[in-house]
Amino acid sequence: MNEPAMKQTVPNDALTAEELELAQLIVSALNLEMQAAQIDPTAPLYGGGMALDSIDILEVALAVSKAYGVKLRSDDDLNHKIFNSLRSLNEHIQQHRAQ
Amino acid sequence: MADIPLIRNFDAGAVFAFQNRRPIRVEEFLAEAHRLAGLMPDRQYVVNLCSDRYRFAAGLVAALLRRQVSLLPPNSTDDFLNRLSLDYPGVYCLSDGTAQTSQLHTFLYPQPAGNAVPAASSSHVPEEQVATIGFTSGSTGRPRPHPKSWGALAKSGLAGFERFFQGIYRNMSVLGTVPHQHMYGLESTILMVMQGGLRMHSGRPFFAADICAELEALPRPRGLVTTPVHLRLLLAEANDLPQADFLLCATAPLSPQLAAEAERRFAAPLYEIYGCTEAGQVATRRPAESHQWRPLPGVALFESEEGTWVKGGHIEKEVLLGDVIELCGRNAFLLHGRTADLINIAGKRTSLAHLNFHLNSIEGVRDGTFVMPEEDDGTVTRLTAFVVAPGVASEAIMAALRQRIDAAFLPRPLCFVESLPRNETGKLPRMALDDLVARLAAKAG
Repeated sequence: MNEPAMKQTVPNDALTAEELELAQLIVSALNLEMQAAQIDPTAPLYGGGMALDSIDILEVALAVSKAYGVKLRSDDDLNHKIFNSLRSLNEHIQQHRAQ
Repeated sequence: MADIPLIRNFDAGAVFAFQNRRPIRVEEFLAEAHRLAGLMPDRQYVVNLCSDRYRFAAGLVAALLRRQVSLLPPNSTDDFLNRLSLDYPGVYCLSDGTAQTSQLHTFLYPQPAGNAVPAASSSHVPEEQVATIGFTSGSTGRPRPHPKSWGALAKSGLAGFERFFQGIYRNMSVLGTVPHQHMYGLESTILMVMQGGLRMHSGRPFFAADICAELEALPRPRGLVTTPVHLRLLLAEANDLPQADFLLCATAPLSPQLAAEAERRFAAPLYEIYGCTEAGQVATRRPAESHQWRPLPGVALFESEEGTWVKGGHIEKEVLLGDVIELCGRNAFLLHGRTADLINIAGKRTSLAHLNFHLNSIEGVRDGTFVMPEEDDGTVTRLTAFVVAPGVASEAIMAALRQRIDAAFLPRPLCFVESLPRNETGKLPRMALDDLVARLAAKAG
């Protein structure tokens, strides 16, 4: 959840509009007590960074599937890369959404 | 003491497992376990961290053949593994590559040579041989060990088979979303397969789409072994669910709505298992049919001053259950929640589990929990309830609760949240709930 240290983390990169939308979806799906704009788009989603656990990841997958119609799969070779960061997750969603 | 077979109820040449869609015959499994046994280091204790279910099963059998005890830690954190290395000198870790630990000597699962030789040597293990040691957190924080003999484990697997499949289904294929290192997963996805002539899916699919695809790929009859939290997410995300023949749930209470929806959408009966690390599985029920639990074959419950005990069947030593239980005749009981959940307000008694059951039975409530506030300043304590119920009015929930529970237990306040802080097995850690209460208090100023 919200580690005190998180709040002091200065994003090393600004969020794009699409990334901000995804960040807002995640914050609301997981009821995180942080501002979507505070999320570092390059920080790892799993474990470190936002400290999400496996159930959180499943909640995010559900929210992504409802909002974007993109179903996440783990037999995808790129899976580790997809959940690397908010940025990589967003790239994956935008790619598959366009198809 | 007798020797107990490693596997039972398999025809010659029957499929034992599906690994990456490849069927593996039961003879191949036994040969693989014997091969592995010949390669494992000469130690007394092993922590089997194989993430592949088939390799885990081969590791378990190999350890039995070598008279090594498999330790089943509740988690594989460095801290816990380090503790194990102090309590069990020489303990090593069997890993298939995914789990990494610097705390223990690691033996990497060796790749099969290719042509597996059918097992010629023994496929029996002495009944009294210690097979596993599970752990619960003791009151002092030091883990308390619970050893189980091979005889007890095999009987437990057989009991599950007899309860669910005997005379109804042969060769059920079982897909699990639960870890096999925990008692529920070990019993329902490993032991029941080995003793009941079933077929295991060697993976542990994660996303809803993965679970659907892997289940669909299994031959029927096929079943899903899961938890309430995985089931809820699966039902919420998937539009089309593959047909199943059997659903099994455990680790946390399942709401009646979720049970009914799962049965309808999978077109399969859903069963729940009640158990604990000390005793293993104790009883089952099909919530669509009855709230009452039926003990597994040979298992009996009895009462004493201290509470309710369980004995018989696969349970080697009488175990005092940590739950409030109401016996209903000789072979059925109702579960009213953890003993520690007992609540006494204004001289009236109930349990949190009982209240949570009613809260979660209300139409439109997706998830909910009552919390007993910690502080006691002499005034009459009131309960807090957190509820996930989008679009439902507070008044509607309070009205429904008033019909079901005593006014003394009505929540003050009833708080709407977007989700509850459930952990990976669907349980609600007390610390996370306390945190929720603290944040609520902070907001109230």
